[in-house]
Amino acid sequence: MAKRIFQIFRGDSENGVLVNFETEVKEGMVVLDVILEIQAEQANDLAIRWNCKAGKCGSCSVEINGKPKLSCMTRMNEYFSDQTITITPLKAFPVIKDLVTDVSWNYEQNKKIKPVKLAPESKSEKGYVMYQEDVERVQEFRKCIECYLCQNVCHILRDHDKKDKFIGPRYMIRVSSLEMHPLDIEDRIPELKKDYGSGMCNITHCCTDVCPENIKITDNGIIPLKERVVDRFYDPITIIKRKIFGKKKKRLPPF
Amino acid sequence: MHTNVSISLNVKGFAKTLRKDRWWLYPGLVVFGLTGFLVYGFWSAWQADFYWYSAGQEGFGGYLAPFYSPLVFIKEGVVGAAPMSHSILGAWPSWWPSWIPPSPSLLILAIPGIFRFTCYYYRKSYYRAFTGTPPACAVGSIPRKGKSGYKGETGLMQVQNLHRYAMYFAMLFIIIFFYDAYLSFFRSGEFGIGVGSILLLGNPILLGCYVFGCHSLRHLLGGSRDCYSCSMGGQIAHKNGKVITWLNERHELFAWLSLIWIMFADFYVRMISMGYLTDLNTWGI
Repeated sequence: MAKRIFQIFRGDSENGVLVNFETEVKEGMVVLDVILEIQAEQANDLAIRWNCKAGKCGSCSVEINGKPKLSCMTRMNEYFSDQTITITPLKAFPVIKDLVTDVSWNYEQNKKIKPVKLAPESKSEKGYVMYQEDVERVQEFRKCIECYLCQNVCHILRDHDKKDKFIGPRYMIRVSSLEMHPLDIEDRIPELKKDYGSGMCNITHCCTDVCPENIKITDNGIIPLKERVVDRFYDPITIIKRKIFGKKKKRLPPF
Repeated sequence: MHTNVSISLNVKGFAKTLRKDRWWLYPGLVVFGLTGFLVYGFWSAWQADFYWYSAGQEGFGGYLAPFYSPLVFIKEGVVGAAPMSHSILGAWPSWWPSWIPPSPSLLILAIPGIFRFTCYYYRKSYYRAFTGTPPACAVGSIPRKGKSGYKGETGLMQVQNLHRYAMYFAMLFIIIFFYDAYLSFFRSGEFGIGVGSILLLGNPILLGCYVFGCHSLRHLLGGSRDCYSCSMGGQIAHKNGKVITWLNERHELFAWLSLIWIMFADFYVRMISMGYLTDLNTWGI
């Protein structure tokens, strides 16, 4: 057990200070434990959003020593015992107070995505029938806890502030989960190129690197979507094939 | 005693970050690795000589430097050049500008070059290392000024969508390199094994692992489907997809291994062709 120094951001979008706190770190503590201890003992008005403390609600996203992380899943023994720990809010979103940011922009992006449209003929007496091999890709994307660490680290939103041009990795994953759904018949490819901004992503894998659910956002979600855009708009062979034979009707799993 | 520090979270600029780890290591290694490869590759291609070694034997077999394969044309009378029978289209064309060396490598270098340039893995590495968009995760990108600032892969960089076609050509290179490997196990028609044979066999194996893990191939062979249970083809695609996905998860590893290996194999053939190294082999020549 030792006293450790923490620098925690206090302020809002306009002004802010990294305030020093010294507190005792006990074995097994995570960064969120430390923040809550400081809140209880030294700064009662310190704002932090948290809920489950189990890495499943996605509320406690912050930047620890500059890296976007869930504070409840970041153990203190990951850091050297003499290292000062700096805790700041998510940089890509406006700060409401201290470590709490306004992530409502993300909800607006979600509304842009065309919802699921199940093929009417896919409903049998047994209900909707799907097979494991058809849904396992989509299951990976369903693990998303909407912590917005990927949205925060994406340099298109974070550094270049192109929030009007790109919906961000989290919503590319949502589009993937709908586009790859075996029963969905909606076409989102034109929107994917034009409105969702698939071409803005330069696949630097940072979203994958920070995902606490280890979803392979870039390799399994964004790149397959980019390839579907290539099929539709860039590959002359698939374009000519579609012109001659028409749009391929989606095949549904056998009942 | 520590003092509180005023901070603005809106500070933007190249390499601005609160990260305290060695984030610069990855882009630094990529700059070193890719620059080294490009410098060696262009130097080797520009030489136009010493790309073949068969210990002076005329018959079937010999080592061909991978940067020079396939031999579309061959210039006669060049030291360390392959026999004319290895040329696909015959003697070196007379229209070739005199200021460019008559190097078979210069004729084919663009194809693997485009494949690697447009590869989804290399895009990550050079966007981070060379264009700084971003240099590392949560590290400030190089600010983009101009009309609309950062455009990603929408403007000129739509050229990246050529990757699928470059991949088809890269497949041909695997077959060609396997033939070169086969050739390297013979000297004057006699079977044997040399260090060069092993290097030239490792080249298409590693290149194959890299190409078969390609994201575009993964899409074409199964990823574009939404239903695998619908048909026999879908079930085959699902099974194949597992192999391709295994390779795809190691795409970075094989991208680098195949890059380093081909460079080393090329260098080795050049060195033994120039007589600076002696090839250890079972032929005893």
